[in-house]
Amino acid sequence: MKNHGKTVIILLLIVLALILVPLFTLKDAEFGGSDDAGSQKIEEIQGEYEPWFTPVFEAALGGEIPGEIESLLFCVQTGIGVGIIAFIMGRLVERKKHEKESDSDC
Amino acid sequence: MTKLQKNVWKASIAIALALSVCPVSNAMHIMEGFLPPALCIAWGVVCLPFLVKGLINLKKIFAENRRAVTLVAMAGAYVFVLSALKIPSVTGSCSHMTGTGFSAILFGPSVTSILGIIVLVFQAILLAHGGLTTLGANTFSMAIAGPLLTYGIFGLCKKLKVNKNVSIFLAAALGDLFTYCVTSVQLAIAYPSANGGVAASALEFLGVFAPTQLPLAVIEGILTVLIMMAMESYARPELKAIGYGR
Repeated sequence: MKNHGKTVIILLLIVLALILVPLFTLKDAEFGGSDDAGSQKIEEIQGEYEPWFTPVFEAALGGEIPGEIESLLFCVQTGIGVGIIAFIMGRLVERKKHEKESDSDC
Repeated sequence: MTKLQKNVWKASIAIALALSVCPVSNAMHIMEGFLPPALCIAWGVVCLPFLVKGLINLKKIFAENRRAVTLVAMAGAYVFVLSALKIPSVTGSCSHMTGTGFSAILFGPSVTSILGIIVLVFQAILLAHGGLTTLGANTFSMAIAGPLLTYGIFGLCKKLKVNKNVSIFLAAALGDLFTYCVTSVQLAIAYPSANGGVAASALEFLGVFAPTQLPLAVIEGILTVLIMMAMESYARPELKAIGYGR
């Protein structure tokens, strides 16, 4: 098997650069969601628009989800995903190690 | 497929064809309550055949191919992670990736539609992101149209014998971008501009989404290459079991 180490590191650096460069070069930008940009566009095209349905969570809260709570919930989503990926990767990597060991035994 | 499954699938296609008033078009998460009810239903109906086919395929995978279950879990988790990460972009606003490319390359669009809709329901209910009424439209753009293109591009690259990593990158990145193109068109159908109609309005929405999404599509492409590399190094038996890379 080829060693992918270098490629992986280079690719990760590119990803980091793509994320960080806009953040540091556009100092005045708000970095709001592009959904919000979308709703603004709708207002430009259509005039004032009243959504006919509010998200169930916001309806239950009687208002918008507080920003901190929203980021908490997004973290939970990421956490669930990362947890599963890490668990599976751990198992696969260990399995490969065992295969190698038993290969060298024979 | 059993006979019953076949019939259910055929029925869903028939319903979709019969009910879908608007032709196939596409679009980012559309906010709750921002599409008129008729369009919400139409998009949901268009998604039906894919979802039914996806369920049948998933059931088959779970029944016949235990090894592949690991990969399904991996693909689902990947969608979860990538669609939760909001990333700053060159336009000064944030957007997030779709994460559906990985699953589309491994399993094709139908299974991906199921994984995608799980994430969308999660976000619509718990995060007030996207929405239940716009679920159909969002599922179509993120979990069906994008993956369909990804799958097509990956297949095409394989035929043309393009380098594997390059084709994964292209497939995932373009699929991500296409998702947002579809969203623009979906929004445009709902909000045609007064002078120029659907097309003019689609361009307006594309102008909002495309520049933001472009760098993110590149990131998604790179990340998908990375996870595929990891899979090829450590999960060869599983990849073989689903017939990938033959």
